[in-house]
Amino acid sequence: MNKKQKKMLKRIIVASILFIIIKVVKLPEYIEIPLFLVAYLEIGYDILLKAFKGIRNRQVFDENFLMAVATVGAIGLKSFDEATAVMLFYQIGEWFQSYAVGKSRKNITELMDIRPDYANVEDEDGNLEQVDPDEVEIGTIIVVKPGEKVAIDGIVIEGSSTLNTAALTGESLPREVSENDEVISGCINMTGLLKIKTTKEFGESTVSKILDLVENASSKKSRSEAFISRFARIYTPAVCYSALALFLLPPVFNLIMSNPADFGTWLYRALTFLVISCPCALVISIPLSFFAGIGGASNQGVLVKGSNYLEALASCKYVVFDKTGTMTQGVFEVAGIHHANIPEEKLLEYAAMAESYSTHPISKSLLKAYGNTIDKSRIENVEEISGHGVKAVIDGVQVLAGNDKLMKMYNIPYQECHSIGTIVHVAIDGKYAGHIVISDMLKPHAKEAIEALKKAGIKQTVMLTGDVKSVADKVASELHIDKVYSELLPQDKVNKVEELLSLKHSKENIAFVGDGINDAPVLSRADIGIAMGALGSDAAIEAADIVLMDDDPLKISKAIKIAKKCIHIVYENIYFAIGVKLICLLLGAIGIANMWVAIFADVGVMIIAVLNAIRALNVKNL
Amino acid sequence: MKKSYKIDVDCANCANKMEVAANNTEGVKSAVVNFMMLKMNVEFEDGVQPKEVMARVLENCKKVEDDCEIFF
Repeated sequence: MNKKQKKMLKRIIVASILFIIIKVVKLPEYIEIPLFLVAYLEIGYDILLKAFKGIRNRQVFDENFLMAVATVGAIGLKSFDEATAVMLFYQIGEWFQSYAVGKSRKNITELMDIRPDYANVEDEDGNLEQVDPDEVEIGTIIVVKPGEKVAIDGIVIEGSSTLNTAALTGESLPREVSENDEVISGCINMTGLLKIKTTKEFGESTVSKILDLVENASSKKSRSEAFISRFARIYTPAVCYSALALFLLPPVFNLIMSNPADFGTWLYRALTFLVISCPCALVISIPLSFFAGIGGASNQGVLVKGSNYLEALASCKYVVFDKTGTMTQGVFEVAGIHHANIPEEKLLEYAAMAESYSTHPISKSLLKAYGNTIDKSRIENVEEISGHGVKAVIDGVQVLAGNDKLMKMYNIPYQECHSIGTIVHVAIDGKYAGHIVISDMLKPHAKEAIEALKKAGIKQTVMLTGDVKSVADKVASELHIDKVYSELLPQDKVNKVEELLSLKHSKENIAFVGDGINDAPVLSRADIGIAMGALGSDAAIEAADIVLMDDDPLKISKAIKIAKKCIHIVYENIYFAIGVKLICLLLGAIGIANMWVAIFADVGVMIIAVLNAIRALNVKNL
Repeated sequence: MKKSYKIDVDCANCANKMEVAANNTEGVKSAVVNFMMLKMNVEFEDGVQPKEVMARVLENCKKVEDDCEIFF
C-alpha cells in the first residue's frame, strides 16, 4: 500500500464506522442528518473538489462529476443515507481498484524481474566491487558468484558452473558452462564461481532487451483496448444525456398530460443512471487482462511483443513451420551404416578421416560419430571435389567419400539407399565399401507439439523447407503435419505464406514459426511471426512478434493457449460489464433498480472484472 | 525523437484521457500512455525541445485529470 492508499483506507474505515453507527442507533432526525453529512463530507470531500475543478477545466463528464451530481442530488431528495453510501462505496471501489492494480503491477513486474542489480568487478588488488551494470564497459571481467545473476552477456574465461535459465525460458533445465562458453545475462549461476569477459554493454545484453520488450508490450494496444477507450469516450456522455432526458422528459410529458409532474421520482432515477454510468470496470480490466497475460506468458518463456499480437494469436488457425531448427534439431547425426563389406567402425573411420579437412556439417557429424581424434599424418593428398565429395589417400589406400555423383564419376557401382537423409558412399581402392546415412533428428517434443496444436483448435499445420522432398515428406508424415512444401528457396517461403494468406478467411490468422536465422522476411510477412530458440539471438528477437525463449516446439501451443485464455477473459469482462450496466440502466429507468443496485453495477462489477482479469496471470498449467 | 517518461495516475480512464491530451499538444507527434507500467512514450516533432513540450503536455494533462504527474 502506498501513502495515498493508506490515507484513503483510514478515511473509508472512519466513514464506514460512522455510517453503521448512524444506521444501527435510532437517533432523532435533527442529529442523524448532520451526522450523515459529516460522514458524507469526510469520505467525499475530494470527489466534490475534483468535480469542481473538472467543471472549471471544462471536463464535465468524468466520474467525479457523476458522483458529485448523483450524491448532491440524493441529498436534495433527502436520501442522506443513500448519498453517503454511494460516496462510500465509490471510494471503496476506487481504493480496491488502486490496490488491486498496484498489487498486480507488482506481481507481474516481479515475475519479469530478471534485472540484475549489480555486477562484481575485480579491482587491481583483487577485491570485488559491486558496480551498476550500466557502467561496465565491453571487455571488462565480471565475477559471478553462485546464487547471483549473470549481469551482462559474455564469455567464460575462468571456472565452470551450472546455470539456471528458468527466469528466461520458463524451463528449469540447467545448462552446463565452462571456459570459452558464451553465457547470456539473466541466468542464475548455481554452483561454481565464474569469471566472465563481457562482450556487450548492459543495454545491449539479452536481459535488457527482454525487459525492454516486455515492458513496452502493453504500449502496443490491441483492438479490444482501442474499442474500450472509444466506447468509454462515447458511453459516459451518452449516459449523462440520457440521465438528463430521464429527469426532464417524463415530468414534462406528465405536465402536458396534466398529471402530477413527479420530479422527485424521475430525479432519483436519473441519479441512479449517473451512478451506473462509470466505465471504470471496462477501462481498467481490459488492459489489466492483457498485462497479466503478457506477464504470465513471459514467465513461461514466451515473450509477446504487444497486446495486439496476443489478440492475433488467439484467433490463429494456421501454423506454418520451418523444418530445420524448428521441428528438427538442425544437428546432423549418423543414423546408420549400411551395406558395409568391411567392419562398420573401419568404414566410419575412413569416411571421417577423408572428410576431416572439411567444415561442412556432414563432416562434423562424421567426426562426432567417430569420436576419436584424427591422426592427420595418416591422411595424404586430400582433394575436395565440389558438389561430389572428397578423395584422399589414407594409410596408403585411396578413399572416396561422397554422394552418388562421386561414385558415378569414378564408375563405381554403388548401392542405392532407401533411408531418408544425406548418404555418404565410401569406396576403398576403387571398390564400393558401403554407405553412411546422416540425418537431422526430430526434436523430442515435435510430435506432441503438433498434436497439442490440433487440440488447441489449429485447422491446418504446414511445413516449409528448403530440404529435398523425400526428407520433408518423411518428417511431415512422422509428425502428422497436414501439408508440406519442400525444396523451397527463402523467397519461395514468402510466396507460399502469401498464398496461404490469400486463401484463408480474413478473421483467421496465420502464424509462422521459424528459428529466426534466415526466415526474417517470412516472420514479418505472416500475421504472427514466432521465433523460437531465441535465447541469445538478437535477430530473432528483432524480427518476430512472439519469441519463444527455448526451442521446445510444445511452447507454440502453450502460447496459443495463453492467448486464448487471455482473450476469453477480456471478452468475459466486456460482455459482463456492459451487460450488467445496460440491464441496471434499464431497470433504473423503469424504477426497479434503486441506488443500491446502481452501486453494485458500478463498484461490484468493477471488483469482479478486476479479479477476473488477474486470472490471466495464471497460465502455468495450461 | 522518442522518449519515455514515468507518470503517476490513479485510474485507467484518466490515463486514456492523458493520452488524448498529450496527443493534442503542440510538438507531440504521437504519445502512448501505458497505464500498467505507468509510463508515457512520447514521439516528438522534429526540432522541438522535449522539456518545453513536456511542460505543455503536463499542463494539458492537468486540465483533464487534476491528480496526475509526469516526471521529466
